[in-house]
Amino acid sequence: MTKALEIKQLRKVYDNGFEALKGIDLDVEQGDFFALLGPNGAGKSTTLGIVSSLVNKGSGTVRVCGHDLDTERERVKRSLGVVPQEFNFNTFEKVEDILIQQAGYYGLRPRLARQRAEKYLKQLDLWDKRDVQSRMLSGGMKRRLMIARALVHEPRMLILDEPTAGVDIEIRRSMWRFLTQLNAEGTTIILTTHYLEEAESLCRNIAIINHGEIIAQAPTKELLKGKQRATFVADVRGTLSEAPALEGLSSRLVDEHSIEFDLTNGQSLNRVFALFEQAGLDVVSIRPKTNRLEELFVDLTTPSQQEATA
Amino acid sequence: MNHPYWVAFSSIVFKEVRRFMRIWQQTLLPPAITMVLYFIIFGNLIGSRVGTMDGFDYMQFIVPGLIMMSVITNSYGNVSSSFFSNKFQKSIEELMVAPVPNWVILLGFVIGGVSRGLACGLIVTALSLWFTDLQVHNIWVTLSVILMTAVVFATAGLINAIFATKFDDVTIVPTFILTPLTYLGGVFYSVSMLPEVWQWVSKLNPILYMVNTFRYGIIGISDIPIFAAYGMLFLFMGALMSWALYLLHTGRGLRS
Repeated sequence: MTKALEIKQLRKVYDNGFEALKGIDLDVEQGDFFALLGPNGAGKSTTLGIVSSLVNKGSGTVRVCGHDLDTERERVKRSLGVVPQEFNFNTFEKVEDILIQQAGYYGLRPRLARQRAEKYLKQLDLWDKRDVQSRMLSGGMKRRLMIARALVHEPRMLILDEPTAGVDIEIRRSMWRFLTQLNAEGTTIILTTHYLEEAESLCRNIAIINHGEIIAQAPTKELLKGKQRATFVADVRGTLSEAPALEGLSSRLVDEHSIEFDLTNGQSLNRVFALFEQAGLDVVSIRPKTNRLEELFVDLTTPSQQEATA
Repeated sequence: MNHPYWVAFSSIVFKEVRRFMRIWQQTLLPPAITMVLYFIIFGNLIGSRVGTMDGFDYMQFIVPGLIMMSVITNSYGNVSSSFFSNKFQKSIEELMVAPVPNWVILLGFVIGGVSRGLACGLIVTALSLWFTDLQVHNIWVTLSVILMTAVVFATAGLINAIFATKFDDVTIVPTFILTPLTYLGGVFYSVSMLPEVWQWVSKLNPILYMVNTFRYGIIGISDIPIFAAYGMLFLFMGALMSWALYLLHTGRGLRS
């Protein structure tokens, strides 16, 4: 089957000499929910900018839904919906006008454009704001407006560059539900995010980019399976003055009621509870210190961590 | 006309027209007030002492030039400010991600600018009827030259906006180049009044050709051969449009 996105040896050097991409390869299957993760300045936005025709590429090839970016740019653009990181609409235009205008750029006649605008504004809970100037919207509404605008021509693939940045948890979760539904209906979704629990819960496949190179690409589950160590925090009854000696378990005192310990692959929580019992500790609760993807991300992208785990 | 390019083109034009109509206090009213002041001060008060110019009342002589001046500044100003605002707010990305060819983007913005230029020209023409009788000598010359001039300056405005990196950059050209060239382009005088060397220098000013050809269309007199004016207009249109297309193609000022 034709891939939704195929990137081969993509390079980009900006005019100031900064090498943003060092020949990356990236494949995204049709219908996938894919996350491109990386620290700030890693090359995520440059990659998506090139695919969206907002950044000139250096060398390499990009194909979207089988169409070559160099020779079939218009077809590539028709296949794509783009939600950029920064707000990029005319703040003096009304919400509905922004969508109808964008539909017009894709060749949708006014009647169909109005129907689509109504459909997506309703789906994204913005219909009652249709006559409001976009500058009057809240941050979360502006994000949803950009998603509605990107969908108005009903693209096969949606690119979202940090779609939930700066929105509250309730709106973020409603956006997750909307995107999950959209993906279930067949739209390929590629997103970048700094909320790693977002990528872990939404995306089936993940690529991690750092310093312009793809350093990991695999199904989310496989990536997490490869995670060798997880850190947990246990809250105990009573007061502790130092970390207890637990055989075969690396533990640290967090405060007088909490202990942090590392669990490597192959170690079971049952054994941990047994060790706590042997030490006379009454465990009240236990939780992961951070989410697993976040730990993996830090392991892969932080130099000191890379050296420590090497 | 349901071709996607036509729909995209009309969307751009509609957006541009809606923009300048929405802010009519900034776009349509000021040229009307400025030109009424010109009519009163230069046409009536000073013009009555100047007497005739090439056999016409001074008011009749300056009206075509003032209409042309308003068309030039507004066609230019509309595209330069609108396109730069789109760049500044990044809303130009809406067009860059869409399957709209560069020539459609160019034509859309240019026709938007031409619309405002002609709207202002029409307002100024209507206002001038309070001060003088206007009889059109040659309707085809009048319409063609005003349309081509508006296209030339709207395209120049787009090029200005592409290069501009801050709002000051879109005001420098109108202030330091466009306005002086317009004032020295025979709006208020006949170049035949100038010493021979200054007549020759004046003929390097393209606005002189546009003003005189438009004046020929209205009152039937011109300091220059009108075919030379058409030649110059075609040359400028071709050169500026090619340049603008090249800049859009390379993504200058738009794509990093």
